[in-house]
Amino acid sequence: MSSVREIRRRIRSVQNTAKITKAMSMIAASKMRRSQEAALMGRPYADRMRDLLSDLAAQRQDEEWLHPLLKRREAKKISLIIITPDRGLTGGLHSKINRVAGQFLLTQNAETSVISVGRKGRDFMVSTGQGVQAVFADLGDRPTVADITPITKLVIDSYTSEQIDAVQLAYAQFVSTTVQHAVIEPLLPVIPGNLDVKDSVGYIYEPSSMEVLSALLPRFVEMQVYHAVLESIASEQSARMVAMRNATDNANEMVEELTLIMNKARQENITKELLDIVGGAAAVES
Amino acid sequence: MTVLKLEIATAERLVYAEDVSIVVAPGADGELAILPEHTSLLTTLKPGELRVVKDGKESLIAVSGGFMEVLSNRVTILADTAERSEEIDEERASIALKRAQEQMTQASSQMELEKAMAAMRRSQARVAVARRKRRTNSAAN
Repeated sequence: MSSVREIRRRIRSVQNTAKITKAMSMIAASKMRRSQEAALMGRPYADRMRDLLSDLAAQRQDEEWLHPLLKRREAKKISLIIITPDRGLTGGLHSKINRVAGQFLLTQNAETSVISVGRKGRDFMVSTGQGVQAVFADLGDRPTVADITPITKLVIDSYTSEQIDAVQLAYAQFVSTTVQHAVIEPLLPVIPGNLDVKDSVGYIYEPSSMEVLSALLPRFVEMQVYHAVLESIASEQSARMVAMRNATDNANEMVEELTLIMNKARQENITKELLDIVGGAAAVES
Repeated sequence: MTVLKLEIATAERLVYAEDVSIVVAPGADGELAILPEHTSLLTTLKPGELRVVKDGKESLIAVSGGFMEVLSNRVTILADTAERSEEIDEERASIALKRAQEQMTQASSQMELEKAMAAMRRSQARVAVARRKRRTNSAAN
């Protein structure tokens, strides 16, 4: 059994760790509230845009009308955008995303390339030998749409110039504070939602249908990526808060256990010393 | 009387959601007014001011481009940015406008020039909305 002093030192170190993890969980909790709000506030816009696109798609489906971003090609080259946190200490969050993304890449028959948003995704892709085409990091806790534009510009340009035939998006979908799902969604070509033709109405377009679509589609792609980034930030902060709270609980538990062991050791010491004294006195008397 | 269900959303938040009687928007081909029973319409928006009449009172919203859909008395505006006139700080908007104008004169490339011009149009809309708001306020007093 280790000495009392050693155990006391150990307790102090665990207590310090608990202080740090507690602070981290509190920081994550306040950031989480803000990022969850941001993710939820952005939903009406994303939903309306999806509705708008299905309205549009429902009424015109002529081949010649197809915008480049709607046109489907045989997928020979696939690009995967993987959105992960920049930093760790988020429990199993980034390994969850990485696992799903890795499995996706392994099951593709086509040539694949990866664009990483966030450092953890890049680290994983590099370590497995998968090349990374581009890395976007340091988006911060509250990115704006302008921060996303370079990412979408890159994929839209490579898609229209036919360097890639499809783009998928992997990110952590925020469900609740304790639940986040790693999902993969198609980004390009744009697949408009439910094609309910009975609701179709003849729109007046200003200036023209093609021009409206040309403005709408890139914006839609941008929105999807932006929304995924917001969801992923909300997921990251939630996962970090939960992970750090668990760590704090575990540390406190450990302190209790160690205190018990320390007390036992101390008692044993005292008993031993008493016995020594009693034994010594008896020896002198006899 | 039928009303228009107006919703203005930006990527960051839902800015406005009310039943209104008239919407005047800066469309790509010029300003257009939407009244109830308007036919289905889809248009892109230019940076400019959006006027909304609700219960006889007019309110102003500065938008910097986006889309407007009119469909069976629902008007949905998906704006790049949108601010109600109450939210705009006129002084800051004027400073931003001046800065954009300076950037325009100093722009060295076509891309920079376009960027500055877009910024200028955006801040022009904001300043215009803030000014008009102040004028109507002083007229009311």
